[in-house]
Amino acid sequence: MIRRTLAIAIKELLQLRRDWRIAFTLIGMPMLLVLIYGYALSFDVQHVRLAVVDQDGTRSSREAAEAFLRSGYFDLVASPRDPRHLDAMFDDGRAQAALVVPAGYGRDLAARRPTVLQFVLDGSDSQTATTVLGYATQIVTAVSPLVRVDGRTGPAIPAPLVWYNPDLASSRFLVPGLIAFILMVTSVIATALAVVREKERGTMESLRATPLVALELLIGKTLPYLLMASAATAGSLILAWGLFDVPVRGSIFWLAAVTVLYLAGGLGWGILISTLADTQQVAFQVSLLSSMLPTLLLSGFIFPISSMPVALQWITHIVPARYFLVALRAIVLKGAGPEHWWLQAVGLVVYGGIVLVLATVRTVRSL
Amino acid sequence: MTDTVVVAHELSRSFGKFVAVDRVSFEVGRGEIFGFLGSNGAGKTTTIRMLCGLLAPTSGRGEVLGLDVGRQPAAIKRRIGYMSQRFSLYTDLTVDENLRFWGGAYGLGGQRLAARADWAVQAADLAQRRRTLVRELPGGFRQRLALGCALLHEPPIVFLDEPTGGVDPEARRRFWDLIDALAAAGTTVFVTTHYMDEAERCHRVALMHAGRLLALDSVPSLKRLFAPGTVVEVRCSRAPAALQILEAEPAVREAALFGTVLHVVLAEADGASVVQNRLRSAGFEDVSITPIEPSLEDVFIHVIAGEAVAGDQWSVSRGQLRTVAGDQWSVAGGPAQPPSGNPSDHRAPTTDHRAGGRGR
Repeated sequence: MIRRTLAIAIKELLQLRRDWRIAFTLIGMPMLLVLIYGYALSFDVQHVRLAVVDQDGTRSSREAAEAFLRSGYFDLVASPRDPRHLDAMFDDGRAQAALVVPAGYGRDLAARRPTVLQFVLDGSDSQTATTVLGYATQIVTAVSPLVRVDGRTGPAIPAPLVWYNPDLASSRFLVPGLIAFILMVTSVIATALAVVREKERGTMESLRATPLVALELLIGKTLPYLLMASAATAGSLILAWGLFDVPVRGSIFWLAAVTVLYLAGGLGWGILISTLADTQQVAFQVSLLSSMLPTLLLSGFIFPISSMPVALQWITHIVPARYFLVALRAIVLKGAGPEHWWLQAVGLVVYGGIVLVLATVRTVRSL
Repeated sequence: MTDTVVVAHELSRSFGKFVAVDRVSFEVGRGEIFGFLGSNGAGKTTTIRMLCGLLAPTSGRGEVLGLDVGRQPAAIKRRIGYMSQRFSLYTDLTVDENLRFWGGAYGLGGQRLAARADWAVQAADLAQRRRTLVRELPGGFRQRLALGCALLHEPPIVFLDEPTGGVDPEARRRFWDLIDALAAAGTTVFVTTHYMDEAERCHRVALMHAGRLLALDSVPSLKRLFAPGTVVEVRCSRAPAALQILEAEPAVREAALFGTVLHVVLAEADGASVVQNRLRSAGFEDVSITPIEPSLEDVFIHVIAGEAVAGDQWSVSRGQLRTVAGDQWSVAGGPAQPPSGNPSDHRAPTTDHRAGGRGR
């Protein structure tokens, strides 16, 4: 039993060694993607081109404008006199946002009357606009007269306290999701192709004539890919830690345990596909679509599950990344122990169990 | 201890409505080279897959080494060797890596695997190329290596499904030398082929056509199907035209084109002169007729031709057609046959049929 399983596993590893493309896809690709997406896939916004229209011209109005520039998010690009010039500046993209300080702002502020700062945003990129609006609100709050109605000497500085991700860097949030995404895609594709390749080359028929049983074949086939994918996980996490300052706060043991559970489900899914597809072409397409889209869209990787329609929320329960992501973020970002994410682990076990049993049954039937 | 290692009794397999193997019965003895001869789609591969435990029979019974093919496929797989029609080696692995993998798949390891791998590379003449990738080996070497891989666990019987496809004649000859040596050492070899020269090297040959086993005997016995002197080779110009004339000639039972010459089966041993005169009067000048030893191909065409007549009344003629020709004739399929039969029974349905298969 062990000898036969090992024979398969060693053979797979030897073939992987010969075919560096597959090995690269499994190990290099995840790390490369973490690198690319880690930089590109960011919700953080900096260097927003800001135009300031100061119609007041007082010290208070200059302070308000300076508060924006000091925040580090905005670059001053123009200071037109007339707000009507803003239109043209937004049109040709010279400015993305504008701060309009109305005449009488300084006077109202001194008299402690409610007053208004106008903040104009180019809403055509809603994602950026939302983020920028968040920054602006924060800054305006800081300089707003309303915060000093209690009569204290200076404007109170609101100190928003964000846990786990103090500067709300989206990389902290995205990198675990990215790892979940990449692992699912590569593990499903690699295993599906590994089995279908045998069918296509005709070696499956000879394997079937040996005393190998389905379980030996399955374990022997998946073990090397499990190893490779685990190495890819470790590599990606190290990369994320070094480049994006995403530390692993929790236990490495639990991280490994949850990752193996997650991968087992992915590998099982790949095997299941391989029992249905007869060509590598079909296997590749089916495994790519069935692993990539749900993991990208229905796992909470980018779109929060809680804001999905109820029907869709139900569907997310069959997407293993949904469970893995919560547990992964909990372990990596919060250092949370299993008492906080055990339910996610149960989800992974149930998913992996069902998929692996189905895969075994189908393989037995086809063997 | 029995000397029969394979028993098929009324073994059948259908795929939907298509009957791939139709009530095939035979026995194979220990150390025998048993050939399955037939064209593509004749049911050879389906039969071999049933015997290897890869495919359950629809009906009938099959036993390999005393194990039932339908109920004990796992036990059979442990004890047989199988070389599939499709190439069974990993071309991206070396000779040694393939041997180690296939040995492992059969549960071998350690000393025994090392010894058997040594044996296999010797047999395949690959002792100097153990670290060569299989994809860099010529076809003949690959085929012998594949055979070695199927024999690592020293099975008492090995099933070879068209093992020499796409290999040059010299490599085929060497492959068959290996098979002879195996059989001499007591291994039973069950081999399918559509090469007549390979079939000639089998101890016994089963002719299969359209899912049915039409004849089964040793090669000399199969050839005795024809009375001495009734098979002649006719050489003349315009052989295809001559064929048409001879097909209509009552003295000719069958005629078939083999390259540029005709093989003619005469109704009577002295029919040669009739043929000679018939062709002369039709304007063929350069006719020469020589009696020849019938080839397996003649036998094959003859048997299929007989089947073709019965084809329309397939079910009716099943019993009467494939009756016994001589003592050695085993009977394929059908209900129980009389143990010894009259050769004329066999010929009766074919005497009116003068056109043979038209070669290939």
